[in-house]
Amino acid sequence: MTETPLIGAAPTFSTGSRADAAQGLSGARIGVITFPGTLDDRDAARAVRIAGGTAVALWHADPELAGVDAVIIPGGFSYGDYLRAGALSRFAPLMERIIQAANARTATARLPVLGICNGFQILTESHLLPGSMIKNDHLKFACLDAKLRVENNATAWTTDYLPGQEITVPLKNQDGQYIADEKTLDALEAEGLVTFRYVGGNPNGSRREIAGISNAAGNIVGLMPHPEHAVESGYGPDAASGRSAGTDGLGFFTSILNTLVGGTK
Amino acid sequence: MSQPIPVANPAVNQHPDTPKFNIDTVEHATGTPDTELPWAELGLKDNEYRRVVEILGRRPTAAELAMYSVMWSEHCSYKSSKNHLRQFGDKVTDEMKEHLLVGIGENAGVVDIGDGWAVTFKVESHNHPSFVEPYQGAATGVGGIVRDIISMGARPVAVMDPLRFGAIDHPDTARLVHGIVSGIGGYGNSLGLPNIGGEVVFDSVYQGNPLVNALAVGVLRHEDIRLANASGVGNRVVLFGARTGGDGIGGASVLASESFDAGKPSKRPAVQVGDPFVEKVLIECCLELFKASVVEGIQDLGAAGISCATSELASNGDGGMHVELTKVLLRDPTLTPGEILMSESQERMMAVVTPENVGAFEAILDKWAVEYSWLGEVTDTGRLIIEWDGETIVDVDPRTVAHDGPVYDRPFHRPEWLDGIQADGFSGSIQDAARPEGAPALRAAVLELMASPNMCSKDWITSQYDRYVQGNTALAMPDDAGVIRVDEETGLGVALSTDANGRYSYLDPYEGARLALAEAYRNVATSGAKPLAVTDCLNFGSPEDPEVMWQFAESVRGLSDACRELGVPVTGGNVSLYNQTGGVPVHPTPVVGVLGVFDDVARRTPSGWVEDGQAIYLLGTTADELDGSEWANLRGHLGGRPPKADLDRERRLAEILINASRDGMVDSAHDLSEGGLAAALVESALRFNVGARVGLDEVCARDGIDAFTLLFSESQARAVVAVPRSEEIRFTDMCTARAFPAIRIGVVDADAVSLDIQRHFTVPLDELRGAHEGTLPAYFG
Repeated sequence: MTETPLIGAAPTFSTGSRADAAQGLSGARIGVITFPGTLDDRDAARAVRIAGGTAVALWHADPELAGVDAVIIPGGFSYGDYLRAGALSRFAPLMERIIQAANARTATARLPVLGICNGFQILTESHLLPGSMIKNDHLKFACLDAKLRVENNATAWTTDYLPGQEITVPLKNQDGQYIADEKTLDALEAEGLVTFRYVGGNPNGSRREIAGISNAAGNIVGLMPHPEHAVESGYGPDAASGRSAGTDGLGFFTSILNTLVGGTK
Repeated sequence: MSQPIPVANPAVNQHPDTPKFNIDTVEHATGTPDTELPWAELGLKDNEYRRVVEILGRRPTAAELAMYSVMWSEHCSYKSSKNHLRQFGDKVTDEMKEHLLVGIGENAGVVDIGDGWAVTFKVESHNHPSFVEPYQGAATGVGGIVRDIISMGARPVAVMDPLRFGAIDHPDTARLVHGIVSGIGGYGNSLGLPNIGGEVVFDSVYQGNPLVNALAVGVLRHEDIRLANASGVGNRVVLFGARTGGDGIGGASVLASESFDAGKPSKRPAVQVGDPFVEKVLIECCLELFKASVVEGIQDLGAAGISCATSELASNGDGGMHVELTKVLLRDPTLTPGEILMSESQERMMAVVTPENVGAFEAILDKWAVEYSWLGEVTDTGRLIIEWDGETIVDVDPRTVAHDGPVYDRPFHRPEWLDGIQADGFSGSIQDAARPEGAPALRAAVLELMASPNMCSKDWITSQYDRYVQGNTALAMPDDAGVIRVDEETGLGVALSTDANGRYSYLDPYEGARLALAEAYRNVATSGAKPLAVTDCLNFGSPEDPEVMWQFAESVRGLSDACRELGVPVTGGNVSLYNQTGGVPVHPTPVVGVLGVFDDVARRTPSGWVEDGQAIYLLGTTADELDGSEWANLRGHLGGRPPKADLDRERRLAEILINASRDGMVDSAHDLSEGGLAAALVESALRFNVGARVGLDEVCARDGIDAFTLLFSESQARAVVAVPRSEEIRFTDMCTARAFPAIRIGVVDADAVSLDIQRHFTVPLDELRGAHEGTLPAYFG
C-alpha cells in the first residue's frame, strides 16, 4: 500500500491486500457506495478484495451505477443519521438507481444489494426491505462480537454458508433494534426471509432475535452486524482458531462472487 | 468615566434602521482613551491589560481586547508553564530527534515510522467543559484533538480516552460517567475512529473536577506533512466547515483557565456543541484538499477560534493578514465582532490558498457540501488587520497576540505537609492492621481488589466505543496497548498506551511523572512495539498556588529527565491547570502517552493466556512497595513513597519483550502495574477464560517477601509472559544474557478454568469474572 485512498476521489479501491485473489473471480465488480458520513466503506471494499473481487467506489451523488455487478451499502452515519438513520440517504441520486435495479422485473437483471448496519437502515427506509430499526433497548451504543445463526442460505449473499451454521461477526451500533408489526414478522418467518438470527442472547431487543433479512427474490440482504469486520485473521473477532482470528464474515463476499459467476439469483 | 463598551453581550441597537452595533473601531479607541473595558470579566489581569495598552500605544478596541484575552489565557498561552516546558526541548539529544519530523509547537508532533510513513499523535484535555456539560464537553474534546491531527495533513486512525472521575458511589458520578462516555462514543464512533484504549480511574479527589483527556493518532506519508502558516503575499484566507455561533465564547479563557467556584453562576454557555457528522465530512474534505495540493497552510479552529487561527497563521508565515470579519458565515446574526473572534464553535478550519487554486478549492468544498467564506488575504505588512464592514476594528502585530503573551515565573515551594505524608508508609499503618494472611483472607483480598472501582473490568465503558471500524485494529482494550496497522502490505504499524497515577504523583511528583512514562513505555513494549515518542497532558490545580506550582515543576522535571533516560522525545501535548474546586486541587496527574512502532503488527503480543501447558514467567523483582498502591487505596491509605522507577531496568525489560515478540518466544505478555501481580494474573486468565497453576514460593524466597506482598506490591519493571515449551531455553537464555531476573512461576492450564495459587488458594474463573465484571453495571446500569 503506497497511499491512503480518498473515499470518493479515487475511481476504485485499488490498494492491494495480503490475501491472494481467488482466480477467475476478480472480474466481478462490486460497488461500494459512500455517502457523507459513511464509515465502513473502505472496510467493505477490503472485504471484497480479500474475497477475490474488484471493489468499485461509488459516490452517492453519481447518476449511474458504473456497470457494477452488485452493490454494498456500508455502515456509518450517513447524513449524520439526521431525522432517522437512513431517512435522508434513501433520496440520494444513486439510491434511486439502486432501487430500480434491485427491483428489476427479470430475475437475472435484479441487482444484488447488501446493506450492512446503516446500509440495512437505508434499505428499510427505501422500502426494499420491510421493518425498521430503533434505538437499542439498553439505549447505549454497543460494540460486541455477535453470534448469528444462518437461517437462510438461499440468497445471493449467503450461498457459502450452511443452513443453521453459527457465525461470529462484530456488531456495533446505537440504533440496532429491528422492529416490524406482527403481521410482517409472521410473513418474514413464513416465507423464510429471516436470514440471520442472534443466538446466545439478544444484544439490542430486536423482534424475534432478527439480525438480518432478505427480500423474497433473495437478491437483497440487510443485517445489522458487520461481516466486513470478520474477513481477515488478526483483525476480526476472537475465534476458536485464535485471537482476533475470526473470518466468518468472508462468506458474504465469496457468496456474491460465486453467485455472480454461477449465474444463480 | 464614559459608558462601558459591550463585548460579550450585545443588547444594543438591534433596530434595522440604526447601525447594527456600536462598533468600537481603532479610530474610536484612539479618540476615547478613557473608555473602561471589561478586561477583568474576560479573564485578563490588571498587569496584562496594562501590557496590552503598552503594546498598542492606546486602549484596545473591544475586538482586540477579545483576542488578547483569549490568546493570553493560560489555556492558549501556557504563561505559567512555558518556563518549565522548555526542559522538554532542552533535554532532547540528537539521537532522540532521529525519528522526529515535526516537534513541539505545531498542532501535533510527527514521527517517522519507516517506509516513508509518518505518524502524528497528541493528547489534550477537555476537563472543565466535561464537568459543566458532560456529553458535549467530552464529545468536543474528541473533535478538537482530531482536528489537530487533520491539520497536520494526516488521516486520523484511532483515538484513546484517559478518564478520571470522582468516587464511584458519589451521586454526581453517574451523571458524569453516562454523559462523558456517551459523548466520547457519540462523537468518535460517528467519525469512524476506533477507540483502542485509555484509562478509567475513580478517586474522590476528582469529584468536582473530572479529567477528560483525549488522544488522537493519524497517519500520513512524509511528503504530505502540512504546517499551519500563512505564506505568500496575496494568497487568500478562507474559513470553512460549520458556521460560527455563540457557543464556547470564552471557553479557553473563562472556563479552562479559572478554578470552579460554587458561588459563581453556571458556565454552560462557554461549552461548545459538536456535530460529528460535520467533522467527518470535514476530515474527508481536508484529505481531498491535501491530496489535490490546493492549500498552502491549514489551521484548525479550537480554543480561541478565529482569534487563534488568524494570529497564529499570520505570525507563523509572512507576518501579515487582512480580514473582513463580516464575511464570516454565522449561525446567529446578532453576534458582535468580539464574540465572533472568541467563539469556539466546532468543526471549523481556516486555510491559505493561492489565487490560482481558488477554483479547485471551491470545487472540492462543493463536492462535500461544506460551506466556506473567503475572509481576506496574506500581506507582508507585519500587521493583522481585521475590518468590520470596511472599518478597522483590529490592528495588531499578530506575534504580540499569538506568541508574546505574558510569561510568569510563578513562585513555587515544596509543601510542608509532604514530609508528614511521605513518612506515613502503608506497612504498619492503622489501615494495614488487618493485612490478609492465610488462604481464605488472601483469596478474598484478590476478589475484593479485582472488583474495586479502579481494577474492575471497564467493558461497560469500552463496549460503547467502536474498536473495529477501519479494519486495522490489531489490539485494543483490555490489552496493555492499542495496536493499529498502518500499511496493509507490510503490516507496519503502531502501538499506543496512556498512563498516569495521581496517587504516586501526589506522594512524589518528580517520581510520579517518571513512573507514568515508565508504565506507558512498558505497556507499549509489552505489546511488542519499540517505543519511539511521547505526548503528555499535564493536569494540575491552580498555578497561583505555590504548592501546586511546585508539583507541576517537579513533574515536568521528572518527565523530561525520564524521557532523556529512555531516549524518547516529547513531541507535543497540552497543559491543563486550574483543575480544582473549592480550593482543593486534583492530584497532580501527568498523563503520558507513548507511541511505539512495529515492523509487522502480526507479531504483536496480546495480554491473555491461550495455549495449554505454556510456561508462565515473572520478569523482574518485587519489593515491599505498597505505598500509593491500589491495595492501600482500598484500605483508605495514601502516604509514604511511590514505587521506585528504575528506567535502566525498564529499558532492558522492554528489549526482552520486544525481542521475544519479534522472535516468537512469547504468546502472551501482561505488564505489572496497578494491582501488582494479582491483577496481572487475573486479567491474563479472564482475557480468554483460560486458567493457570501458579506457585509463589520461589519468588518470595528470592525477593525476601511474603505472598501478600508479592501479590499486591506495585514494584516497577515487571511483566508476566507465557512461553511455549519449545522456546523456554531460548527465552531464559536471553534473560540471563541481559542479566534480567526471570522465574518460572507456573503453567497455563486450559482445562482447569480456575486460577490456582498453589499452597494458597484456588478461585474458579467464573467467580473471578463475576467479581471483576459486575462493578460498573451495578453502579451505572
